[in-house]
Amino acid sequence: MTDVNLVTPAIPVPDVIEGRSLWQDAWRRLLRNRAALASLIILGVIAFLSIFGPYALAWSYDQIDWDHVEAVPPSLALKHYLGTDSVGRDLLARTLFGGRVSLTVGLLATGVALFIGVTVGAVSGYLGGKVDQVLMRFVDLMYSVPLTFFVIILMVLFGRNFILMFLAIGSVEWLTMARIVRGQTLTLKHREFMEAARASGGSTVSILLRHVVPNVLGVVIVYVTLTIPQVILLESFLSFLGLGVQEPMTSWGVLINEGAAELEITPRTLIVPAIFMTATLFCFNFLGDGLRDALDPKDR
Amino acid sequence: MWSYLARRILIGIPTLWAIITVCFFLMRLTPGGPFDSAAPIPQEILANLRARYHLDDPLWQQYLSYLWNLLHWDFGPSFKYKDFTVTELIAQGFPVSFQNGLAALLLAIAVGVPMGIAAALAQNTPRDYAVSGLAMTGIVIPNFVMGQLLILIFGVWLKDSIFHLPAGGWNNGAFVNRILPTVTLALPFIAYLARITRGSMIEVMRANYVRTARAKGLPFRAVVIRHALKSALTPVVTFLGPATAFILTGSMVVETIFQIPGIGRYFVQGALNRDYTLVMGVTILSAALMIFMNLMVDLIYGLLDPKVRYD
Amino acid sequence: MPSTRKTADVAGSDTVLDIQGLTVRFETADGEVQAVSDLSLTVAKGECLGIVGESGSGKSQTFMATLGLLADNGRATGKVMFGDADLLTANEATLNSIRGNRAAMVFQDHMTSLTPHMKVGRQLTEVLQRHRGLDAKAALDAVIAMLRRVQIPEPERRAEMYPHELSGGLRQRVMIAMGLLCHPELLIADEPTTALDVTVQALILDLIRDVKDSDNTAVILITHDLGVVAGLADRVAVMYAGRVVELGDVNQIFSEPQHPYTQGLLACSPRLDDALGGKLKTIPGQPPNLQRLPPGCAFAPRCPYVIAACAERPPLRPAAGGGLKACVRDDLASITKAAS
Repeated sequence: MTDVNLVTPAIPVPDVIEGRSLWQDAWRRLLRNRAALASLIILGVIAFLSIFGPYALAWSYDQIDWDHVEAVPPSLALKHYLGTDSVGRDLLARTLFGGRVSLTVGLLATGVALFIGVTVGAVSGYLGGKVDQVLMRFVDLMYSVPLTFFVIILMVLFGRNFILMFLAIGSVEWLTMARIVRGQTLTLKHREFMEAARASGGSTVSILLRHVVPNVLGVVIVYVTLTIPQVILLESFLSFLGLGVQEPMTSWGVLINEGAAELEITPRTLIVPAIFMTATLFCFNFLGDGLRDALDPKDR
Repeated sequence: MWSYLARRILIGIPTLWAIITVCFFLMRLTPGGPFDSAAPIPQEILANLRARYHLDDPLWQQYLSYLWNLLHWDFGPSFKYKDFTVTELIAQGFPVSFQNGLAALLLAIAVGVPMGIAAALAQNTPRDYAVSGLAMTGIVIPNFVMGQLLILIFGVWLKDSIFHLPAGGWNNGAFVNRILPTVTLALPFIAYLARITRGSMIEVMRANYVRTARAKGLPFRAVVIRHALKSALTPVVTFLGPATAFILTGSMVVETIFQIPGIGRYFVQGALNRDYTLVMGVTILSAALMIFMNLMVDLIYGLLDPKVRYD
Repeated sequence: MPSTRKTADVAGSDTVLDIQGLTVRFETADGEVQAVSDLSLTVAKGECLGIVGESGSGKSQTFMATLGLLADNGRATGKVMFGDADLLTANEATLNSIRGNRAAMVFQDHMTSLTPHMKVGRQLTEVLQRHRGLDAKAALDAVIAMLRRVQIPEPERRAEMYPHELSGGLRQRVMIAMGLLCHPELLIADEPTTALDVTVQALILDLIRDVKDSDNTAVILITHDLGVVAGLADRVAVMYAGRVVELGDVNQIFSEPQHPYTQGLLACSPRLDDALGGKLKTIPGQPPNLQRLPPGCAFAPRCPYVIAACAERPPLRPAAGGGLKACVRDDLASITKAAS
């Protein structure tokens, strides 16, 4: 009770809070989270390598090294830095190209899921009533359906085509997004600024775009970060079973499937793509967790 | 309670019917058929085949007879396994998949839930970080990679040791043949369950009623077991619904990798061979299973939370 | 008689709880928060000490710390003597033999403070089974007697119910019954009447008064409701930003508040004789941010009587009327008189 502070005579001491926005605050917290920061960097590196790597390598992903139509061990001289697969194709080039495909499918399918999910969720939450009931009933119904089977059926029926693949995956991954966005929209609906927007005669669409969507962005970003790895996983699952991307195209799932066949002779053909994919999934998950903590600090 | 049950089943039936209908028309209305293959089939054989499978009947007639047959537990003939009906294939494959799935589920609950509780009660200690790290690993390493790794380790590298396990095959369900598939199927589950249990346990331990229990002077064990555990398990039960879907898709991978004659492998084979009736049969069965499991989950809720009323 | 009771806070022979220099800190994502700072209080047998303050003033956390019930990220330092045990350094077993038995706490949030999946009776009998070693039957009899004492109608039937099947008033009475089961020496009641309607409020306050008088229990009554304090407390401690800013006899606090914050609080509470349509008074400014407390008097930024000396933290010192106050000014009485 006697620890009197003699240093600061000025009174009253103002309660200074720097004018930081929510986003700057979240960003600062994210950068302080080492796991999330490391994930962000590793993801950046993997994405960079997948995009530009194939151009820089001596071998392309579908090029057979006719001098060595066999599994070549890693060799600097032959410029097969991680060796080749059993028919003499450069493993690094294939892994990076496969990463390009897997990441692309991941992003595009998540984009589709995002579009459908946010639209359904925001409309359902904002309009309420009958529309809400019908849409949410539908979502409930979809939850009780084995959706992976449907993706497979679609792939079987319409051929294994790249565009169809991400459309099919996207169209089953939006359910949770819709629920989350709906929940958020419901909490927003009766806030003052929404009343104000309605009172000043904004149309439903413009209110949704200007006021609802920006305010659910935080949750959506977190969920997107967690959906991308799920999609990548689903794509590689399909490709692994032979129901996804097809030769000569490749993806991590295809590569893992090929590697599995050579498991006993050259485990690296399995392990290299598996490491790239697993690292990517790890990083997205850590990043997602980090973002959640950063945007919603009360959870900690 | 019984009327609730009846109503839920009554909701389940149209759901299942909708799934069947969508599947059926998707299959029949898309171009290309089960008999399109690289080698052209002579006209008269094709005609024979089409007649045998009633593919030339009007669509609505095919649809109605399919539904009628389903009611009599007849999924129709397989397009590829010519000597079998889909019903026979399912009857062979389902018990195998079911046993594996159940074993994996029980293993996952037995390991994952205690792991999650242990982590939650030691939040932010090395024990907690170890569990969280393991859980994350289990979630992000896909089962088709994990299965291969296990084969590599126990089937190849440890071939000459006592830890050697068969890399595949079913061998009529011999115990050693079941170990790797069950573990592969269970690992992601263990991870999810550990994570879910940890999260809900931490939340429950912060609840006011747990504080009340501590304020009564109850020993820590009693606080956890009597007051916290039941509520903490609610999300675990919720997870059992999606878990069924998980097992179903997981068994596609595991049965393919380990060459196990279950419905998952039949489904993948059927999809690769465009064996429409087989694919449909397995899909319908899976949907029915999921609807059933979701119903079970709702019923278990009532046991955990007295607030749940079935009306 | 309040006048015979010591107001200066010195532990005596009938002291039940003696808190000395208690500091409570919380580790949060945005740094450390000091919820309670160097706080000292005592309570004697048969005495009711009212603790008054806004939410966030540290009044609940002081007593959570006392019973070792802080959240995981909280740490308490100082000394909390209960009998001859220092509750801050006592091991879990010692604490568990005291909690619910010799010292009981009634929590404010009756909606969430009972375990939802356990029958009410069971939640009460386990206290007696734990501390008194009674068997289930004997415990249930005692529980039903206690439920009757807190005026719960049909106690046998209520004991078989789950918390959500009871009304708020009944749940709160169950909470109080739980606290009283072992006839504790100390009862800490945290906002026992918040969110209850007035008749139930009165009933619960009567109950607490009855316990205090007939069982000679020391009662600590934590509340932001000055009316409740006026009706029940013998002494009052006013808390602001984790510190006691004024401590004194209940009559003195209400008739001649010495600290500007106490004066503000009293001025804010609406009275029946206020002019209709008159504006509800409030203390200007915001409750303090515990992470950015000013180095001097925490109330200075909101205080109308602030002077240069307020930049130094005022010690708790004897004030006119026999209480204690943490304010450097002694001339407030004349100023307020002049103003009114």
